[in-house]
This record gives sequence, C-alpha cells and structure tokens, in this order.
Amino acid sequence: MNGATENGGGAASAIRVDLRLIADMTEPGSRVLDVGCGDGVLLAYLAQTKQTDGRGVELSMAGVSRSVRSGLSVIQGDADTDLKDYPTGAFDYVVLSQTLQAMRRPRDVVENLVRISRYAIVSFPNFAYWRVRMALMFCGKMPVTDTLTHAWYDTPNIHHCTVKDFVETCRDSNIIIEKAIPLTRNGDAIHLSATGWLGNLFAEQAMFVLRRPD
Amino acid sequence: MNEQPTSIRREDPAKRIELGLHEKLHLDCGVELGPFTTAYQTYGALNADKSNAVLICHALTGDHYVAGDVHPMTGKGGWWTLMVGPGKPIDTDRYFVICANVLGGCHGTTGPKDINPETGDPYGLSFPGITIGDMVRAQKQLIDHMGIEQLFLVIGGSMGAMQVLEWAARYPEQVFAACPIAGAARHSAQNIAFHEVGRQAIMADPDWHGGDYHRHDAAPRRGLSVARMAAHITYMSEAALHRKFGRRLQNRDGLTYGFDADFQVESYLRHQGSTFVDRFDANAYLYITRAMDYFDLAAEHGDNLSAAFDGSATRFCIVSFSSDWLFPTSESRAVVHALNAVAANVSFVEVESDKGHDAFLLDEPELFGVLSGFINGSAAIRGLR
Repeated sequence: MNGATENGGGAASAIRVDLRLIADMTEPGSRVLDVGCGDGVLLAYLAQTKQTDGRGVELSMAGVSRSVRSGLSVIQGDADTDLKDYPTGAFDYVVLSQTLQAMRRPRDVVENLVRISRYAIVSFPNFAYWRVRMALMFCGKMPVTDTLTHAWYDTPNIHHCTVKDFVETCRDSNIIIEKAIPLTRNGDAIHLSATGWLGNLFAEQAMFVLRRPD
Repeated sequence: MNEQPTSIRREDPAKRIELGLHEKLHLDCGVELGPFTTAYQTYGALNADKSNAVLICHALTGDHYVAGDVHPMTGKGGWWTLMVGPGKPIDTDRYFVICANVLGGCHGTTGPKDINPETGDPYGLSFPGITIGDMVRAQKQLIDHMGIEQLFLVIGGSMGAMQVLEWAARYPEQVFAACPIAGAARHSAQNIAFHEVGRQAIMADPDWHGGDYHRHDAAPRRGLSVARMAAHITYMSEAALHRKFGRRLQNRDGLTYGFDADFQVESYLRHQGSTFVDRFDANAYLYITRAMDYFDLAAEHGDNLSAAFDGSATRFCIVSFSSDWLFPTSESRAVVHALNAVAANVSFVEVESDKGHDAFLLDEPELFGVLSGFINGSAAIRGLR
C-alpha cells in the first residue's frame, strides 16, 4: 500500500506485532475489510486463526495480484474514493493500518470507516513522537525514522498527524474512541495513556479502535 | 443425453440436445421458441454430488470447442486451451467443464441459418431477435437437464463476461463463483457503433439478399469479411498492432502505388476476414452483435446495477486488461463498485498487458495466476478436492 511501512510477507507466525494485536481484537467468524491490505498478510492470518470472512482493498496491482493468487478476496481500489460505495454496517471490523497519513482526505476516510463497520481499527505514525520533535527542533530537518522512512520529496505521506490531533478530529467528527493504544516502532504496546501528553510524546505509532455513536 | 466423462481427443466431440420440449423458451422479444437445439461440449467428469461443474461462456465469434479438441472447421485446437485442460487453471482433472454454443449462433445451436420447422426454409431474418438473457436462459435449460443444481463457476470473456454477469444476476443461488473477464454490464455507445459498422458492411453486400442468401445459394462473404476486419482492429491495441506489423511491407521491396495489400497489417486483416467467413454465418453475426448491443444489466434492474446483485452470496473475480479499449477497465470497475455497494464478495484485478481486448485469449501468466488463485480458493471454500 502507499503507507509509510510495508506489510511484510512470510508465514503467519512471523506476522508483524501490530497486525497480531489487531487479530487479537477480532472476534472469530466476523466480517473484516482490510483497507490497504498489501499482500493480504493480515487477511490470510485472520482467515487462518479466526475464520473471518475477509475482504481487502489495495492500491498497488502487485499487492492485489499476490492477494488474489493466494485465494483472498481483494479488489484494486483507492480508499479515498471507493469506501463510499460500501453500505452502512457492512462489516464488523474495518482495518486501516499505517495508511491514514497517505490519504488525500483522511477525515472523510475515517468517517466512512466507522459508517461501514461496527468497529474501525486505525493505526498511524505519531508525528509528535519525541524523535520527530527532536529532528525538527535540533536538526531543522524533516524527520526520517523507522516508521517515517521516506525523504520529504518522495514520501507518500501527505497528511501527518499526532495522537492529539487524531483524538480531537474524532471528537469533532462525533466518533467514539473505544481504545487508544500507544505503540513502539515494533508495534509493542506501551503502558501509557495514549491520549495523555506522555503517550503523545513516547508513542512512535498509535492504534485506535473507533465506532460510531449508538 | 450422454453424461459420460468424455475423452478430450475425439473425432466429433460435440453433443447436441433438443431443449424447450416441455417448456418453451420465453424470449425477451416476446416470441416462444421451442424445441430448440443446443450444441455443447464437456470435458472432465461430473462428481457424485454434481458440485464441480464449470460453465464457460464463449465470446461473439467463439464456439463450444474450448479445450484440446480438433475443431471440426478450423482443424486447430480449442479456443481456450491455455486456460482449460489437465493441470490448467480450469483443471479438467478436477472440474466438469461445460461450454454450449450460444442461442442464435451458427455452430450447432439453433440460429438463423437453421431450418424453421414451420416453413421448411432457413430462418434468415425471420429468426426472432435474441438477447444475452435469452442465451443464458437457454444454457439454464441445459444445466437443469444435466441435474446440476449449482454451478461451481461460471466464467467467460467479452460477450462471455456479459453472460456470466447475467447468470449471477438472474440465478444467484445457482452460481457459487463468477468470473467475468474483459467485460461490462452494458454495451457502450462506442461498441454499438462499431457493431453497426459491421452489420452495415454485411447488409450492403448484394450477396446478402436481404438475409435470404441461403435460398440464393450465396453468402455475403465480402461484407462479413469487412465486418470481421473492422472488429478485429478493436480487439487489439495500437501497441500490439505496431509490435506485430509496424509499417513493414508485405512481400515487396517498395510501395506499389496501388490498392493491393502493401502493408503487412493489411494482409493480416484480409486473412482474418477471409478465414472468418468460412466458419461464421453472416446472419448469426447480425443477431449476436445485436444481443450484445441490447445488453444493459442496470436497465433490467431500475437503472441500479447494485440491485442486480443484492443479497448475492456468489464469489466474484473480475478481471480487466490495461490496454483493452473495447471493454476498458472503467467498465469492470463499475461492476466492482456495484458489487461493493451490496457488500458482495469480490476480487478485482486489472492485468497489465499491451495486447488489448484479445489478451483474455492469449498467454498472460498474470491472468492464469490470478484465476488459479481465485478458483483454488473458491474450491477450498466449496469443499471441492
């Protein structure tokens, strides 16, 4: 996908830590849409471990092809334009992993996610992470970190946000935050409140579970 | 009817069956047709619970000789031997493959060149107008006759893709998986325009005799040949034509300043046209192109394409080709959007190819890989070995 990090391939056992965190939150047999599903690693893992009815949307044709070749239901499409097609409440979980910052209209995307699904699981790199702040403050340069790997001129990431920004946007869009989990670069959870100022400083990335009001 | 597993190498592989005996076919034009003949071919063996049947829908000028047969007219192999056969994406060791000549065709299924039992003469233009829906209803009678309650897969390219979509919309419970390739849910104005050029070429040929050429012991060979030449250009891309022929001259060192086939591309088109008239009936060409022109799946569902698939449990795999300008990716994407709107199970791949519309018939490893993955994945969910 067009996010800052690539979904690595490989065996389900070697799945990225944050993807396993998503899988742990997913109820067996549920309907899942993975937006920006890459090679379909998460979908394959969920189908195997949770018997989910999984679908995927992926921008890159190579990712779509590899997903469909492995028997997954994935379409070539663009989250910015295609999410509006889905009916309200079509899924139990919709996942947007490390892709939000590459969206042209991220707020519309998040609003669509909570519309089409009971829960939306959204993760993104936190632009208020202390190393990012340091890069700007002391080096005067656009930050390049483990989660923000591109130089300024070739990054697909066009809408960076911080954890605090995201929390405020959810509030403005009348979206309920079920969970907010600060994560290390490896995707391990940090035992801090994501929505507190310490979380916003030490989370290299964050994962949110969102839903629309009842 | 013979439902024995058939060997792929038979001298006369086609089967014929009389359908519409008990229940006539209600055509969209209002005519009741029956009995009518369906010519079809099968490959592989139907399993005990009849759950491994694959229906292949052929394109405008295709026929039911799909796999390793020797075609009775061309002497060549089937038109989709790259896709269908032992160990191929549609594996005849696993699946029972059926392909029937379409209604209105000229390769054994009842069409305008056949004898009208009421007059004793060939139908000609007295043959009723047919639609994609009529073709599918005729196929449905064949499938019902075989006792197959659900097709594991319905697949086809171009006009075949139109039939696949019609099958999925009309008989969703009888279609476990559907794969329309290089298709569309409606024929565009541009495509209708190209078809009209072809039809006018046929009808302008004096040997057409108002469609009555059989009684005049004639055939509009020149008209049908021109129709085929024009159509053939639309099946290829500019890049493919250029790669294949460029501006190279045909067996000559310089220009002749006349109207012989100076260029290789001219010679090629003339060859395509002249070989086509040996295997295709001009009136059938008129009728089948008309059926494609009339196809508009959304119009059949209150101008809402999604409504055609509402509640469908069918697994879809939609494939388009990047250089196909006859059935461009945007047409496939419209179907994908309609399926998304009813949260249907859909995969969609645009295969990168410079071979144009005909790519679905050609050696495209990406297409084979995608279809193998889709078919194997669907078979696992269906519980097929």
